[in-house]
Amino acid sequence: MTDEEAIDLINTSLAEEFELEMTRMTPQAHLRDDLGLDSLDRVDMVIVLQNAFKFKIREEEEIRAITTLGDIHAFVLAKLHAAQRPIA
Amino acid sequence: MDLRRVVVTGVGSVSPFGMGAELLFESLRAQKSSVRGVPELAHITGLRTGVAALVPGIDPKEIPRKYRRSMSNMSIYATLAAQEAISQGRVTEKELQSGNTGVAIGSTVGSPIATHRFYEEFLPTKSLETTRATFFFQIMNHSCAANVVQAFGIKGRMLAPSAACSTGCQAIGYGYEMIACGKQTMMLCGGADEFHPLTAATFDIINASSVKYNERPAETPRPFDQDRDGVVCGEGAGILLLESLDSAKSRNAPILAEIIGFATLSDPTNLADPNADSIEACVRKVLAEASVQSKEIDYISAHATGTILGDIAESEAIRRVFGDRTPTSSLKGHLGHTMAASGAIETIATITMMRRGTLIPTLHLDKIDPLCQNIWHLREALDKPVRTILKNNFALGGINSCIILRRYEDD
Repeated sequence: MTDEEAIDLINTSLAEEFELEMTRMTPQAHLRDDLGLDSLDRVDMVIVLQNAFKFKIREEEEIRAITTLGDIHAFVLAKLHAAQRPIA
Repeated sequence: MDLRRVVVTGVGSVSPFGMGAELLFESLRAQKSSVRGVPELAHITGLRTGVAALVPGIDPKEIPRKYRRSMSNMSIYATLAAQEAISQGRVTEKELQSGNTGVAIGSTVGSPIATHRFYEEFLPTKSLETTRATFFFQIMNHSCAANVVQAFGIKGRMLAPSAACSTGCQAIGYGYEMIACGKQTMMLCGGADEFHPLTAATFDIINASSVKYNERPAETPRPFDQDRDGVVCGEGAGILLLESLDSAKSRNAPILAEIIGFATLSDPTNLADPNADSIEACVRKVLAEASVQSKEIDYISAHATGTILGDIAESEAIRRVFGDRTPTSSLKGHLGHTMAASGAIETIATITMMRRGTLIPTLHLDKIDPLCQNIWHLREALDKPVRTILKNNFALGGINSCIILRRYEDD
C-alpha cells in the first residue's frame, strides 16, 4: 500500500463512519472543532482504523496527542512504515 | 396542596402504520391491520409465532449522527415521535432548555438488538476490541429518555419508568403527577420499544403469543374474540407533551385533552396471570383520583391484547364497574401489542377519537368470547360526543395502570 492509498483509506473510512463529506477530510481539519468528533467518537475512530489496517493501536500513547486529521495520517503512516522495516 | 391542572398540548406517534399521529388515526379508522408475517422468525427453533407489527418507512437519518450514534431503533422511534409532539405543541428551544421541561420515557428493556449484536461478536471471540463506545448508551434502561434529552437539549427531570407493557401509561401518569405537583411545567411522556425475536419469545414461551395465524397475519390478534390465540408483538413509540394548563394558556398552545386522573397498582397475585380483582381495584382507584363516577366515562380504551386470560380478566373487571353501558374497544387488533409504546400510542389515538367524536371498534371481533360478554363491545365505529375516557394499560410482572382523560373545556 502506498502512502497515498493509506491516506485515502483513512479518509474514506472515517468519512463513512462519521458521515462526513470527503471535502472536509483535509490534513488541517481539527477532529473536534472542524469535524465535530468528541471523546466517544475518538474511541470508535481507533476501532475503524484498526479494522481498516488490521493493526492494534488502542494502547499507543501517541493517539492521545492526535488533534488533526493530518496527525492521524502521520501516525498511521509511521505505523505502516515501521511494520515494513526489516528487523535489524 | 393545590394541584395544577395538566393538559396535553402535543402528540407524536411512530407506529406499525408508520410516522405520525394523523396516519395512526386514519389507519385505525380505516380498520387496517399492521400485522404481517416475519419470515426470519421461522428459523428460530421453538418459536411458534411468525407474525409481528413492525414500523415501516422510517428514515433514521432525519436525526443528526451526533445524536443518532447512541440510538437503537427504540430511541430513534422515541426521538421522531418527540419531535412531532414538540412541533405540534409549538415548544421553543428556550422552553425545552429552561429546566422546567422534563421527560418520562421508558421501554421494557434496553435495546435487545444492540445486546444481540454485542454477544454475537463477543461470545465467539471473548474480545472487546470491536465494541463501540456508543454500545452502552443503547442498552441502558434509560436509553430512550437519555437520547431524547440529548437530541432536544432538555434540562429538566429525566424519568425512565420500566414497567413492561404498562410503561406507556405509567410514564404519562408520572409526568402528569410531576406537573400537577408543580415540579415541572412540561413533560414529554411515553414509551418506546423495538422488535426482536426475544420479545415474541417472551410471550411464546408462556403460551401467550398468537401462533395459529402465521399464514393469515392480518387476522390476528383478536381481542375478546372467541378465536383469539394470543399477543402479536409490535414496536414503535408514542410521546405526549404534557403541560400545566396555566403554561398552555399563557403561550396559546393547542390543548388536545386534559388528564384528570392516574392510578397504578401492583398485582401480587401472580407474575403473569391477569387478575380481575386487581384490574377492578385499579379502575376504581383512577375513578376516585379523577373524582368521576363510572357512568361519566364515555369510552374505555381497553388494554386487551388478545390473550385468553387477559381479555377475560379485563372484561370481567369492566363489567363489574361499568356493566354494559360504556363503549369499549381494543386497538391491539390493528396495531398488535407495541409493548412499552402501547399505552402511549393508544392514548394518542384515543385523544383523537375524543376530539373527532368517533370511536374506533375492536378489529377481528367476529364472535365475542362468552367469557368476555356483558360489556359493551364496540364492533362498529360509533360517532358520538365523547367527553371523558378511560385508558387501561397492564403488564406482566403484576403492574396495572389507568388514566382518565377529559375533553378540555375552558372555564
